[in-house]
Amino acid sequence: MLTLEGLRITWPDFTLTADLTVPSGARVAIIGPSGAGKSTLLAAIAGFQPLGAGRILWDGRDLSPLPPGQRPISILFQDNNLFPHLTATQNVGLGLRPDLRLSPVEQDRVATALARVGLDGYGARKPGALSGGQQSRVALARVLLRARPLLLLDEPFSALGPALKAEMLALVRDIATESGATLLMVTHDPRDAERITDQTVLVADGHAAPPRPTAALFADPPPALRDYLGK
Amino acid sequence: MTLWAGGAVAALLGLLTLGTLAAVALRAGGSVLLSVADLSALRFTLEQAALSAALSVSLAVPVARALARRRFPGRRWLVALMGAPFLLPVIVAVFGLLALFGRHGLLNAGLALLGLPGVSIYGLHGVVLAHVFFNLPLAVRLLLQGWRAIPAERFRLAAALGFSPADVARLIERPMLRAVLPGATLAIFLVCLTSFAVALTLGGGPAATTVELAIYQAFRFDFDLGRAALLAGIQFVLCGGATLIAFRVGLPATEAPGLDRPVERWDAGAPLLRLQDAVLITLAALFLMIPLGLVAVDGVPGLLALPAPVWLSALRSLGVAVASSALCGGMALALALARTASGRAAFDLAGMLPLVASPLVLGTGLFLLVNPVADPAFWALPVTALVNAAMALPFALRALQPALDRIEATHGRLADSLGLTGWARLRLLILPRLRGPLGFALGLAAALSMGDLGVIAIFAGPGGATLPLQVYRLMGAYRMAQASGAALLLLGLSLGLFWLFDRGGRGDADA
Repeated sequence: MLTLEGLRITWPDFTLTADLTVPSGARVAIIGPSGAGKSTLLAAIAGFQPLGAGRILWDGRDLSPLPPGQRPISILFQDNNLFPHLTATQNVGLGLRPDLRLSPVEQDRVATALARVGLDGYGARKPGALSGGQQSRVALARVLLRARPLLLLDEPFSALGPALKAEMLALVRDIATESGATLLMVTHDPRDAERITDQTVLVADGHAAPPRPTAALFADPPPALRDYLGK
Repeated sequence: MTLWAGGAVAALLGLLTLGTLAAVALRAGGSVLLSVADLSALRFTLEQAALSAALSVSLAVPVARALARRRFPGRRWLVALMGAPFLLPVIVAVFGLLALFGRHGLLNAGLALLGLPGVSIYGLHGVVLAHVFFNLPLAVRLLLQGWRAIPAERFRLAAALGFSPADVARLIERPMLRAVLPGATLAIFLVCLTSFAVALTLGGGPAATTVELAIYQAFRFDFDLGRAALLAGIQFVLCGGATLIAFRVGLPATEAPGLDRPVERWDAGAPLLRLQDAVLITLAALFLMIPLGLVAVDGVPGLLALPAPVWLSALRSLGVAVASSALCGGMALALALARTASGRAAFDLAGMLPLVASPLVLGTGLFLLVNPVADPAFWALPVTALVNAAMALPFALRALQPALDRIEATHGRLADSLGLTGWARLRLLILPRLRGPLGFALGLAAALSMGDLGVIAIFAGPGGATLPLQVYRLMGAYRMAQASGAALLLLGLSLGLFWLFDRGGRGDADA
């Protein structure tokens, strides 16, 4: 269970507060107008954004003292999710060992993960020689191997076309279901939220609201969400 | 660990610059009276630096403007050539200038044919000429950068409003020049303040001695360590003062992508303007290329008959250059990593310290420190490598630091989220991504060290010369055939070293 306890992130001209819990295994969309602080919220959970106040807990354990790499978290950013000078195999292998000194067994696991995302035989290619969709698959194969209980997505597929994006989100849903991971996913597209999440956190007016069932939220949107959706 | 390594390098640099200064100050402490010769060296240093800077920049303005608004075959190549003098060993350039302007040079041969009296290249005007040869291209590149920074849309707007070339100059170009010229002038002034090899070869005598040269003479001719120390103190104050002013004015950045791309211009189509620009570009190109061409032409016969000591000194120089390059690259990397990791400006400052010191001041200080405990001639090569590395460090940092900041900005979070730290981060992320700038920095350091004629002149014994010093000695002994062969060898080795390192950084282009 993820707990944001009295969370406060402050800039000179902006404050974001959050006080909420996300049950383990939930799939949660984070939606709200641009500039509201959706990415900032993810960055705080991942350990990139210093907190003004409050704590972030995973299963009762305070994450604040942990550097990003030691948190029980995998995160995919909007871009730069792969190292362009490393092959697909190396990029995935980083999920097992950051120094890439992989044993034969670990190398097999990397190959299996690549096959799982449909990239059998693409391991020797560098990102530049892969399509946008294939690059996303490599990043997801790494998420699969890292097997962290919390998966954060900061709109990593926003550069893909609608069909490809839907395909990737389906793959994310499968991976999350198989591993039992908790999914937090920033999106600005209500259909994405409805497609693969069961709950939604609305970030607006400097506040991240506790998650509500996605279908119910969109059936009866609060004023801030209604403004955002333009309904 | 990153901070430890960076801290150690910063401490070493502090010791090297301020520690040697302390040694110098202690030694000079007794005699604070400046002789007439010292004062005249001080005056000459300031005079030639001011003249060189003013002349370089004012000649560079029309040339840069011509290059900025013209497209022609070979333009790219010419702009690249403008970067070459920075890598050029001073002694080689002097050799080329002598072949053109010297007593037996092309110019005097031509004047003699016409029955006109010859000109001498020695003295103030020779020193200034050599400095303009080195710094005109630098100034042109800095100003081209200024022109590049003007948005192309502004020229389009000017065309739409029917601006004449004079209007463009007044409303678009002059404001840019007002912003760029002070920094460019000051940068060149700074470079010329520490001029040693040019003054050594083309100056000399009471009327044309720089402070750096006076330090050398105090060593070599009088072995008056107290006077050398006093002069080193003067030079330090001079450089320190100029650097402080430079920090306030702001020196221009040397990183300049896209200089080879011309901008579409609608205001410069008049035939007379085109002719003017063509003449200017041709003259500038000839001024650069003829001396270098003469080095090549004169050098080839001598190259085949170089005696063994020259080849030996070439080997020594290669060793010093490679060691200095590795040292410089390692120090720059450690400082840049520490700067990025900590965000502390102290590491920037440490990297700038060598700008305040001059090679001869460092050399004097190190000599004073080494002399009582060991034979300076024995330490000549290691000391040269170290001083050269320190001198190239600010330039290496200018190449590495922005690149490193970019790597951290684009991939730092990904690396953090994967727990990529320490050696693994250096090996898997930073070194592969930094390969290009690192190759450039190593090449720059190697070429600068290869061509350096400064500190070695103080330390070297009768044997143990580096190649630049060997060329100088051959010139002094009027063995011109060998000297020209050795100069060509030096030119080839300097440019070759730079090319090798820089090339090595460019592999792996698919990433």
